[in-house]
Amino acid sequence: MIVAERKPFDEIKNMVSGYKKVLTVGCGTCVAVCLAGGSKEVETLNAELNLAFGKDKIEFGAETVERQCDMEFLEELDSKVDEYDALVSMACGAGIQFLAERFPNKPVFPAVNTSFIGVNLDVGWYEEKCRACGTCVLGLTGGICPVTMCAKSLFNGPCGGTNQKSCEIDKEQPCAWYKIHERLAGQGRLDQIIEISPPNDWSNQKPRKIIQPGYEERVKALGR
Amino acid sequence: MKSGSNLEKILKAGHFAFTGEVGPPRGANVEALREKVSYLKGNVDMANITDNQTAMVRMSSWAASMICMQEGVEPNFQMVCRDRNRLAMQADILGAYAHGIRNMLCLSGDHQQFGDHPQSKGVFDLDSMQLIGMVKKMRDEGKFLGGADIDVPPQIFIGAAANPFAEPFEWRVHRLAKKVAAGADFIQTQCVFNMGRIRDWVSQANDMGLTDKIAILPGITPMKSVGMAKYMKNKVPGMDVPDEIIKRLQGVDKKKVADEGIKIACEQIEEFKEMKGVAGVHLMAIEWEHKVPEIAERAGVLPRPEV
Ligand code: SF4
Ligand code: SF4
Repeated sequence: MIVAERKPFDEIKNMVSGYKKVLTVGCGTCVAVCLAGGSKEVETLNAELNLAFGKDKIEFGAETVERQCDMEFLEELDSKVDEYDALVSMACGAGIQFLAERFPNKPVFPAVNTSFIGVNLDVGWYEEKCRACGTCVLGLTGGICPVTMCAKSLFNGPCGGTNQKSCEIDKEQPCAWYKIHERLAGQGRLDQIIEISPPNDWSNQKPRKIIQPGYEERVKALGR
Repeated sequence: MKSGSNLEKILKAGHFAFTGEVGPPRGANVEALREKVSYLKGNVDMANITDNQTAMVRMSSWAASMICMQEGVEPNFQMVCRDRNRLAMQADILGAYAHGIRNMLCLSGDHQQFGDHPQSKGVFDLDSMQLIGMVKKMRDEGKFLGGADIDVPPQIFIGAAANPFAEPFEWRVHRLAKKVAAGADFIQTQCVFNMGRIRDWVSQANDMGLTDKIAILPGITPMKSVGMAKYMKNKVPGMDVPDEIIKRLQGVDKKKVADEGIKIACEQIEEFKEMKGVAGVHLMAIEWEHKVPEIAERAGVLPRPEV
């Protein structure tokens, strides 16, 4: 899932000050799971904003849709948005942009910092796992991502700074390449990393689109 | 000859190589740089010119390499993967070669968080292994990484680093083999303090036939003080400083500690001269360049052969 964390309150406060009626829009999917931007967090943020501004200065509304990264769900807001003069989105960066695209005449402000693609380690505890590099090498590296888990994104690690089992940047951070070696050794698959990994194709350096096979015609018809 | 560099000739002639290191200034202080280099002149076969070492901004390594050359010392142009993408790397390699630079050392680079710009974006477009392969491709195939022909390819003697001490130890020699396969001509290792480990590592490299293909230069760093030894043991990632070294330094009179450090370094060099599979040593006398003439003298590596 996408993991985000709420922006510092003062930053959000500064963005909305000067508007009269503001709608805070939550998202019920990833950011709800990671406790950053679901309906509960919308409520909390609005309560804080009300306290800071006073009800008569700015009026804050609340809506949470299933997914802000899906026009189908954003449609639900069509009838509600008109009366507001600004929107605050608590979705990930993708959701915020889609909301802004749906309502191009409204200023849209982000209330969260979208942080990473990660996993749920425990309630409130998440870890980054993928940088969406576009050329996945997990098959070679024992299911451990060298782009994300190695602080230098090395494809032929470890570097000279590898420190016992830790990364040079922090004793608490495991060295990804130590772990890759350990896992592949356990599986008897060290031959996978004896070969040199060639320079990566960083296809995440330009805006990307994917159309799944069979959907090309449909996309053409939509004209988008 | 791959490059015709002095180091390459020294190694080819079968001499025991002796290389040094200079860190460029934190500014445009050319005089300070010339002075550092002057201590190495005639005492080393080549001097490594570090590239934004420990992620601190310094005069660029190719520019400092050129000044080093003007002072009569052959430079080893260090390049880290942290600060440049593949375009900038290839451009700098061509520029460095055009100005007469013939050796390069391909490194990952310390993580940017250690330096004075921890907010910077680490590039790491290539890793050190891929950088080695790219320089080899430029030299031997006359092609850019992207595949296009190079109009006058750079003839570079390709260096790489190795850390024989990191865990898992049994993997270390395979990583060396990867660097050989990628195209490295010589290796300069992490500072050696644990002689037992490096003996094992070199003998593994001998057994795998790697030392026939690559020149190994273990790194030597004389300890200036007990504090430095402790700092390197505890604070510098990837460093293996056995307790005996610290005890030995503690065991001498305070005024004699630096001298003892040099003595240890010289003993190591003596052992390396005899060690099968070792082609020379690389002296990293960090901020101690003025001691290089004395260390070279005491290590019995002078005069440096003319080749
Ligand atoms: S290799 Fe690329 S796609 Fe695969 S997990 Fe890592 S960043 Fe994600
Ligand atoms: S220590 Fe390991 S994880 Fe950290 S940068 Fe080096 S190879 Fe990557």
